[in-house]
Amino acid sequence: MTTEGNTQLLVETLVAQRDDFLAQWTSTVGEDLQGRLSKAELGHELSELYEAILGALTASGLDGRGEHFAETRSLLIELSRNRARRGFTSTETARSVFALKEVLEPSLAGDEQGAQAYLQFARLLDDLGLLTTEAYIRTREEIISSQAEQLLELATPVVKLWDGVVGVPLVGTLDSARTQVVMEKLLQTLVDTNSTHAIIDITGVPTVDTQVAQHLLKTVVAARMMGAQCTISGIRPQIAQTIVALGIEFGDIPTNASLSDALRQALKEVALDADDDVRGLL
Amino acid sequence: MNDYGAVSASVETVPVANSSDVVTARQMVRTLAQRTGLSLVHQTKLVTAASELGRNMLIHGGGGVVRATTVADGGRSGIFVEFQDQGPGIPDIELALTDGWTSGNGMGLGLSGAKRLVDEFEIESGSGGTTVRIVKWGR
Ligand SMILES: Nc1ncnc2c1ncn2[C@@H]1O[C@H](COP(=O)(O)OP(=O)(O)OP(=O)(O)O)[C@@H](O)[C@H]1O
Ligand SMILES: [Mg+2]
Repeated sequence: MTTEGNTQLLVETLVAQRDDFLAQWTSTVGEDLQGRLSKAELGHELSELYEAILGALTASGLDGRGEHFAETRSLLIELSRNRARRGFTSTETARSVFALKEVLEPSLAGDEQGAQAYLQFARLLDDLGLLTTEAYIRTREEIISSQAEQLLELATPVVKLWDGVVGVPLVGTLDSARTQVVMEKLLQTLVDTNSTHAIIDITGVPTVDTQVAQHLLKTVVAARMMGAQCTISGIRPQIAQTIVALGIEFGDIPTNASLSDALRQALKEVALDADDDVRGLL
Repeated sequence: MNDYGAVSASVETVPVANSSDVVTARQMVRTLAQRTGLSLVHQTKLVTAASELGRNMLIHGGGGVVRATTVADGGRSGIFVEFQDQGPGIPDIELALTDGWTSGNGMGLGLSGAKRLVDEFEIESGSGGTTVRIVKWGR
């Protein structure tokens, strides 16, 4: 029996028993997903898919990677992205496709030609199922990386401590990506709050090595270029000893053991600046 | 330096291929140091040295392996850590150990600073790669 013959048999079967197959397919997948997707939504999804597969089969046969399957593939990618976002597993997603095999098996597996057609159709569905897994994983990766970015934002708050003074409480590891976020937020907050003093608190940074130090220095230089004074606070005794042994010099950047000392110092300076301003007016 | 790596029963190993592996290696060293009862200052110095050497291994040596274990010697105990890479090696170790010397755009303080932070420091380097071994003793 030829491939064309098999395709023709498949098309005929799929057309003749469309309603039956669709109903069974929807109910099999629905059971698998245990009602976490509404029957109406699922029915709509699967009937769209059914028509797309049928259309492609009619037009060009069984080559799932061919151009006639473009619509099927984009429907599947959309379905996979949806499932990934809504917390379904990749197995559940792929099984939505594989379930169509079970549905067709009884109608085709009876004679030799039907069995051949069934095997070819099953291979096509395997291909399409793998496609959903790829799309599913890609979506999950996108979700994870955007969450990582959000976390970075969350983990680096810049707060106004007092009129003219902003604080950056750093917690965790200061790598290049983090430094970039801190720097941008700090500079923006300095402008937004019209502040002249910034205090970077490193109480929550467990390890201060040359990389962290270099990033801190970079941040301070950037703040200074905006005309702000910068202090580093929260240098615990063990960190101070380690920094000295490493040979790192913070130069003329003021440092404080605690945030409250740094704030007191900054407030004094803000008051002095205000005095200067008044004198300048007189 | 004694051959601590060979005599020790349980060696913790962390492969380093990216910067989050450096953090993992650092945490492994910190946990060992805490378990061995190193003071907070000693812990911090050791972990910072591990951070420098782990990052050097990654940036200059293209990644490698960190191995650490608890060691004992005449009643005192400490931590032994080895950093091994198969990178290009350090052509001039004395120069590399000079404060402020860097072949890239670092501060050039990592290697020399790490040496000052620990009690024993040994470096072997050739065209087949670089191995740095350190020990930090408790009281
Ligand atoms: N594992 C290694 N393999 C090859 N070269 C190395 C290795 N470790 C250090 N070096 C060389 O030694 C130099 C000095 O190292 P050091 O850690 O002191 O400075 P750095 O890494 O350049 O900057 P940083 O101060 O940020 O650590 C490096 O620039 C590099 O050329
Ligand atoms: Mg270095």
